[in-house]
Amino acid sequence: MDLTTTYMGLKLKNPVVASASTMTYKLDGVRRLEDAGVSAIILHSLFEEQLTHEALELHYLTTQGTESFAEALSYFPEADEYNLGPEEYLKFIRKAKQATRIPIVASLNGFTSGGWVEYAKNMQDAGADALELNIYYLATDPDLPGSEVEKNYVDVLKAVKSQVNIPVAIKLGPFFSNMANMACRLDEAGANALVLFNRFYQPDLDLENLVVWPHVELSSSAELRLPLRWIAILHGRLKCSLAATTGVHTAQDVLKVMMSGADVAMMCSAIYRNGPDHVQKVVTDIEAWMEENEYSSLSQMKGSMSQKSVAEPGAYERANYMKTLQSFRTVI
Amino acid sequence: MTRPTITIDGNEAAANVAHRLNEVIAIYPITPSSNMGEWSDEWSALGRKNIWGTVPTVVEMQSEGGAAGAVHGALQTGALTTTFTASQGLLLMIPNMFKIAGELTSTVFHVSARTVATHALSIFGDHSDVMAVRSTGWGMIASANVQEVLDHALIANAATLKARIPIVHFFDGFRTSHEVQKIESLTDEDLRFMIDDDLVFAHRARALSPDRPVIRGTAQNPDVFFQGREAINPFYDACPQIMQEAMDRFATRIGRSYHLFDYVGAPDAERVIVLMGSGCDPAHETVEYLNAHNEKVGVLKVRLYRPFSVKHFIAALPKSVKSIAVLDRVKEPGSPGEPLYQDVVVAMSETMSNGAPWKVHPRIIGGRYGLSSKEFTPAMIKAVFDELKKPTPKNHFTVGIHDDVTHTSLDYDPAFSVEAEDVFRGKFYGLGADGTVGANKNSIKIIGDETNNFAQGYFVYDSKKSGAVTVSHLRFGPRPIRATYLIDRAKFVACHQSVFLEKYDMLADAMPGAVFLLNTQSPTEQVWDALPSEVQQDIISKKLKFYCIDAYKVAAATGMGARVNTIMQTCFFAISGILPPDQAIAAIKSTIKKTYGKRGEQIVQMNYKAVDETLANLHEIKVPDKLTSKFSRPPLISDKAPDFVKNTLSEVIAGRGDKLPVSAFPKDGTYPLSTTEWEKRNIALEIPVWDRDVCIQCNKCVLVCPHAAIRAKVFTQDQLKNAPPTFLHMKYKGTEFSTPDLLYSLQTAPEDCTGCGICVDVCPAKNKTEVRLKAINMMPQPPLREQERVNYEFFLSIPEANRDEIKVSQVKSSQFLQPLFEYSGACSGCGETPYVKLLTQLFGDRLIIANATGCSSIYGANLPTTPYAVNHEGRGPAWSNSLFEDNAEFGMGFRLTFDKHREFSIELLQRLEGIIGANLVTEIINADMSTEAGIRAQRGRVEELRKRLSGDPSEAARHLLTIADMLVNRSVWIVGGDGWAYDIGYGGLDHVLASGRKVRMLVLDTGVYSNTGGQCSKASPLGAVAKFAFGGKPTPRKDLGMMAINYGYVYVAQVAMGANDVQTVKAFVEAEAYDGPSLIIAYSHCIAHGIDMSRGMIQQKAVVESASWPLYRYNPDRTREGLNPLQLDSKPPKIKVKDWAYSETRFKMLTKINPEAAEELMDRAQKDTMERWRFYEQLASLDYSKNDK
Repeated sequence: MDLTTTYMGLKLKNPVVASASTMTYKLDGVRRLEDAGVSAIILHSLFEEQLTHEALELHYLTTQGTESFAEALSYFPEADEYNLGPEEYLKFIRKAKQATRIPIVASLNGFTSGGWVEYAKNMQDAGADALELNIYYLATDPDLPGSEVEKNYVDVLKAVKSQVNIPVAIKLGPFFSNMANMACRLDEAGANALVLFNRFYQPDLDLENLVVWPHVELSSSAELRLPLRWIAILHGRLKCSLAATTGVHTAQDVLKVMMSGADVAMMCSAIYRNGPDHVQKVVTDIEAWMEENEYSSLSQMKGSMSQKSVAEPGAYERANYMKTLQSFRTVI
Repeated sequence: MTRPTITIDGNEAAANVAHRLNEVIAIYPITPSSNMGEWSDEWSALGRKNIWGTVPTVVEMQSEGGAAGAVHGALQTGALTTTFTASQGLLLMIPNMFKIAGELTSTVFHVSARTVATHALSIFGDHSDVMAVRSTGWGMIASANVQEVLDHALIANAATLKARIPIVHFFDGFRTSHEVQKIESLTDEDLRFMIDDDLVFAHRARALSPDRPVIRGTAQNPDVFFQGREAINPFYDACPQIMQEAMDRFATRIGRSYHLFDYVGAPDAERVIVLMGSGCDPAHETVEYLNAHNEKVGVLKVRLYRPFSVKHFIAALPKSVKSIAVLDRVKEPGSPGEPLYQDVVVAMSETMSNGAPWKVHPRIIGGRYGLSSKEFTPAMIKAVFDELKKPTPKNHFTVGIHDDVTHTSLDYDPAFSVEAEDVFRGKFYGLGADGTVGANKNSIKIIGDETNNFAQGYFVYDSKKSGAVTVSHLRFGPRPIRATYLIDRAKFVACHQSVFLEKYDMLADAMPGAVFLLNTQSPTEQVWDALPSEVQQDIISKKLKFYCIDAYKVAAATGMGARVNTIMQTCFFAISGILPPDQAIAAIKSTIKKTYGKRGEQIVQMNYKAVDETLANLHEIKVPDKLTSKFSRPPLISDKAPDFVKNTLSEVIAGRGDKLPVSAFPKDGTYPLSTTEWEKRNIALEIPVWDRDVCIQCNKCVLVCPHAAIRAKVFTQDQLKNAPPTFLHMKYKGTEFSTPDLLYSLQTAPEDCTGCGICVDVCPAKNKTEVRLKAINMMPQPPLREQERVNYEFFLSIPEANRDEIKVSQVKSSQFLQPLFEYSGACSGCGETPYVKLLTQLFGDRLIIANATGCSSIYGANLPTTPYAVNHEGRGPAWSNSLFEDNAEFGMGFRLTFDKHREFSIELLQRLEGIIGANLVTEIINADMSTEAGIRAQRGRVEELRKRLSGDPSEAARHLLTIADMLVNRSVWIVGGDGWAYDIGYGGLDHVLASGRKVRMLVLDTGVYSNTGGQCSKASPLGAVAKFAFGGKPTPRKDLGMMAINYGYVYVAQVAMGANDVQTVKAFVEAEAYDGPSLIIAYSHCIAHGIDMSRGMIQQKAVVESASWPLYRYNPDRTREGLNPLQLDSKPPKIKVKDWAYSETRFKMLTKINPEAAEELMDRAQKDTMERWRFYEQLASLDYSKNDK
């Protein structure tokens, strides 16, 4: 059974990729994911804020009160070197590469075109096989037109691409006026893959303490439909690879996104919920399903149910009205 | 060979050599020597090796006594060993020093000489500590400047190995230990050249070893001890020559030539000053100046003070000398003269009787100078030379002060100066928080590195830890800088905070034509008019060049926040022109990279940006030729202040303390209370403002305020008659007071608040329509200052609540008690002071505090003003500090007096029963003083007793009148930090607890030596980074509470106000009520934890939730009721240790330095915490109900 797939030029042994999560904070987590059978690992994200905030915080908290009072001109010993965000992360990339045989994709999370994009090159130099650029941005300024927001996505991608030779994937949210147009523009700007979609953490309110309470709830298979739709629509229209993320829990989920046109399926919540060994089960189930349904390779099914390949392309568009439309056509 | 120059301070210079020449370093922090140990610890942690290729072992001990013991042991077993210390620390080493010298052991102790506490503690420099060890048999070598510190450290090490006499290498605390100078470094090869390995081997060969056993340290009897002691003489005879040979060998390789006594001046000088330490350099430059002006004077610099070689001394003294002034930086009251003076007198006298080169005995006078780093200037030196000219010069004089009591002082002309025109002199006034000092240290390094100039930096800090003002003194010039005194003729004055213009006369020291640089938020065109008239006058009359910049604007735009340092530094270089602009900018950026590079590129870029945006914002102001200002500098102190505050303390506050005469001061170090109330510091940018509609009157804000700057009161409507219109109040919601219809007010002291925001952080009430707002909210202070000042004044005029009605064990109610500890100089957001304040609220009117040296003694009693206060009856806490190590014993002494005097009073009462009346005697003896009302009633009885005894001439009555106050309960509290309680004072603390006496101990536990800058203590938690625990503390916090509980009869409570204020207040009340010793260990968040200080109480909550700081009370009284004495007051862990710990830099930074070690230590911390928690749980669940059955 041939489960191999190619994602951004990386040959992968199967389509199940571990997406960025806290599982990869430690080397042990990375090893466990590999042992469980994932074909590639997206490391946890290095946040733009982490790059800036962590250094600022350390600087502030170790300098407050210093050089003020004669007996206590400082309060901390001074290290020769601090493993601040980037350095720590880069070391981790090196260790992860040494510890595994599968592709390691570094993840960079930010939105401005500031100096932080230069870390992309450091990640490449540290041995990352590819880069996932996670643009997590919520536009809240009423004076900022959508066109500028979109342009910024493209600019950041270009800025990062200019730093590296390794493939760069861009992970997006679904909230664009025209997702297809956005996807094409990013494709043209050099994205090697689109990762669809980012799952924004939504805030909740804590009524007891009257505070905003951001917390994470794991996804369910039901959430698969949004990426599935857009992958199906975009498949065959772009040069770049497509990755499905959010809602990938079972072998069926993987099969669905592959048929819709994804090159890989990224898994996170299911691993959190069931542990890394869940991946092995998913891979086995995929094989079993393919055997049962007489598929010899994954490439056979890839995009087989994309918008281009289905009998009713409109089903991916205004699906809820399909029946009405069909009746109308019939009348004509 | 030229060696690289380095720009470092004296401490680093000493450590630089000591670390390379030793194998074992035992240390204990004490200002101003702590940095030497810190450097050594850091270097060892980073793997830096000594010249033999091994990393020295650095160990922190529990006290200097302990360090000396460890050093002694390491020396006896053959390790090359050293330590660093000062002041009381050196005194604690004395017993070992006698032994080390008696056993002819080679070692060098590096001492940053500091004042020994007498009428007051002082951290500054003089020779009182080193002079106290001159009888130990140690050699003593003095360094006068940073270069000499480096050189003498090496020379002394070389000499001690050969001479076998241990050596104290000393240099003046702060003046040399903290002065930054450009000096020539010494290479490892230089050190190897000087140190003879054969002598090292010989040192090891003398070591104790079971392979060749000997006994050392025997006990001897009258028959032999004396002879044995004299057997040592040949070593002392040989020592001076050995030292000189080491100096000569040093000169052959390095080029700098030193002698046991170095003379500088006219070969035919008639007047000579003899001195040692940092005063030598200004004496040197003054001598050169005077000789260039046709005088014949000289200075003899003493290098090797012990063994004092009369031969070398006489040889160095010019034979033309007719009069000698010997200057001692120490006072030895009651002696015929200070030590160096006596030595010189003896040396001259012996020489004269043995055929001296002088026909007439030169006149010798002695004088004192420079105590506690008092300024010592060429003007003073000239005054001494002038005195020597007189036919009958004053002996035993003082110079540098005005002694109008015993008239010892010499007059001097402050206008006299020897400073050359080509020496740049700049003064920079900054806030501690704005980074001025750090930037100036970098400037000195830039000038030192980038130019051929010699450079010097000296920094004057504040006595307050919040809102601290710093003054940097920078000099550079073409010749070595010998000016070891502050700048009073500045060519450049920079004011980094415009508010200083209202407080300090900083242009008084500006020379005509100097540059004045001001950071101001006023628009450029309005800057001139915004200056006080005095400042305008100085600028005009001195023809100053005036520049300004809005550095805050640049800082805000570049992400620098409040740190305007880099911006002001760039202005300095731009205006001074010391370097070409491009080179200056490049050099500034290079030091930025060097200083901040390890902290992340972001910090570097932020500073670069600040540099780049500075020049466009720097403007020269065209100075008008007339005054336009409409205001003068406001008075520092209110007219209503007491005379002592107005006449004396205000001068200290204004920075003119140097000019106060001797008569202005108390003779025995006794000062009045309630003086911080007059020092309105106005340091808060924002203050809390009350929203009555939201307030639930919980008084938590009042409880946690570290500075007693937010207070609550209840009062009646008719007390509002004179209330200002903006004074806010509301109906009081409580029921404890008998007066109906009370009103309630929560009021901020706007000029005393430090703006920490901790009150807002703990406020539990939220505005229902806008939840970000609470019942108090931070608002900018300046627009509120005047209005709230008037309101606060009115608030204070409202009578305090009736203590009899206050439920003292309840948080809310207790906060109506008047704090008798207010507006201290503690850090903004301090975690200790809320406990101290609570103590004064609960028991302040009968409280006496023995306070260990440390933060609490500094914010408690560092002049100019004292935060302990009196109530309307004139009662308040009596406070004293003995030492760091003996605080428990000191406090027990208080108790002994009170117990004895109460006992004696009762005996006298009974003797005088006939006069006093049996009823009153019985009532007094049996009085119940467990409540406020009971105390008040007893005071009334004692008052009545006094009336009945007044006029009674009997001895018994007269005695009773002097001690009758002891019949009212005295509350004895022994207060200190964990450095005292866990380490240096633990033996005493343990003994005093064991005594069973009614003393209360409050340990303000920050888990670190906070006052000396964050060194590890045994209270430091596992995994925390601290100085001397660079790799994270590898062992858990000592469980002091459990150790005390083991006695079974000690009340013990572990509290954390931010986690459970109810338990805290209860613990204080129970500890006071307990009929035996009691101990409260109070978690105190601290700036040394690396936290946001406005969130300190939240950190306390988190540490308790992680079970790293379980709350409990152990009350032995409960066993009488069959109850378990241990009550666990906190709940099982809700969060992991790391969830708390990694919100504090002290833990988190280890993850950034050594992530693997951090992880391992954190795992251990979690395990240890859970083991302890389970242990507590089990103890607390033991069944005591059947104990007596």
